[in-house]
Amino acid sequence: MRITCPLCGERDRREFYYKGAALVRPAEGADLDAWHEYVNLRENPAGPLDELWYHEMGCNAWLKVTRNTATHEILDVQLASEAGLGGEK
Amino acid sequence: MRFSGWRVLREGLTGNKGWKPHWRDPEPKSEYDVVIIGGGGHGLATAYYLAQEHGITNVAVLEKGYLGGGNVGRNTTIVRANYYLPGNSEFYSHSLKLWETMEQDLNYNAMMSQRGIINLFHNDGQRDAAVRRGNSIVNQGDDAEILSRERVRELAPFLNFENNRFPIMGGLMQRRAGTARHDAVAWGYARGADMRGVDLIQNCEVTGIDVENGKVVGVQTARGPIRAKKVALAAAGRSGQVAAMAGLTLPIESHVLQAFVSEGLKPIVDHVITFAEGHLYISQSDKGGMVFGSYLDFYSSYAARGNLPMVEHTMESFVAMVPALSKARLLRSWGGIMDMTPDGSPIIDRSPIDGLYLNCGWCYGGFKATPGSGSVYAHLIATDRPHGAATKLKLDRFRSGVGLMDEEGTGAQHNLH
Repeated sequence: MRITCPLCGERDRREFYYKGAALVRPAEGADLDAWHEYVNLRENPAGPLDELWYHEMGCNAWLKVTRNTATHEILDVQLASEAGLGGEK
Repeated sequence: MRFSGWRVLREGLTGNKGWKPHWRDPEPKSEYDVVIIGGGGHGLATAYYLAQEHGITNVAVLEKGYLGGGNVGRNTTIVRANYYLPGNSEFYSHSLKLWETMEQDLNYNAMMSQRGIINLFHNDGQRDAAVRRGNSIVNQGDDAEILSRERVRELAPFLNFENNRFPIMGGLMQRRAGTARHDAVAWGYARGADMRGVDLIQNCEVTGIDVENGKVVGVQTARGPIRAKKVALAAAGRSGQVAAMAGLTLPIESHVLQAFVSEGLKPIVDHVITFAEGHLYISQSDKGGMVFGSYLDFYSSYAARGNLPMVEHTMESFVAMVPALSKARLLRSWGGIMDMTPDGSPIIDRSPIDGLYLNCGWCYGGFKATPGSGSVYAHLIATDRPHGAATKLKLDRFRSGVGLMDEEGTGAQHNLH
């Protein structure tokens, strides 16, 4: 599996750290259900999934990677900061 | 049809013409008391214990492929009860006791081999943790002993005792642990359930779960609708997708875990041995192959195959710990779909929907749990109360944060187990 970082180009999977599904973080003070959904519950699809990957051994950028979990095909890669994942809901 | 040494001898002398199929291939009925979704180890064991312990025999096990074709047929066959935290501790203790009588109970040879497991430790911190875990295991009523470096050398002289980075300081041993023939476990429970009247229905994918007024009433399948008073999930890596049919979202991510087998070699590894360095575990099958594995690939996957970085890591760990076998050739490798919970421990509980039961989140502990899971799940389905050995395997621990069972102490977060 190779991921094309928007800043560094195509790189080996070993350069990246996997965080999991790309979810929007609830606002501070959000209720328990919102945090439960964010921390624990997962749609867990067998197919395309938006994920957060961290280019730990490269440019240190957080990436939103759209990947097919049934085939491991990488469908799209964006900087998380440009994909609306940086702040509160 | 009962199995015995006498029967094997007689069949051998008469051309093996008397063997019959081990279970029927029935058409699904239109209604059952209990429908179990998933004909793997846990589903089949649950059906067996429902019939054997609770007298509930109007049961169907629905399997989308063939019986035992999922994770029960693609694991590293290790059986043990060396867990540390309350919840896991009493559950796996219960399960190991059932392993010890399973073959007699089922009249089926599961090749249960209590060859013992040795968890090696390589530094003072790991040794302290092993001693603490060993004490916890003894307190739960199971066996554990600390082996010195010299005792480990006597039992497993082929290990690398000259590794300066990961010196072997000793090991935590559980003698009652071991391995079992994974397919035979599924087949034994299938036969036991079938003999007691359970319908095992293969090639019958569940495509929908019918819920009316908050209560489950049946399932839609590839072979038509089936009504049911109770529906029990036992779908392992596919749990999230099956639960979604009932409108539930589970605290589960499915990940891929790879396993490996070498060519057949003469007997050398007598025990199950795990290395705290790189989390490698190996045993030798009765055919002589080294059966081993290590970490998850650490990304969500339903592909049932992994990537090369984890293959490389596993081989490096193997060769570092057992350099004597560095020339052994790898025969095959494969991946299984693991239903990972945030804390790395399982869920056996009622769901928010009346009559719908959950058995999921087995992470990489599903095989050793098979008899225990079937036993306590059958108890829950039959009585609507948790079995005494499974009171802490609750779904709501993730929402409340109370009673999380994070054995590794890495934090109850999805990407950390």
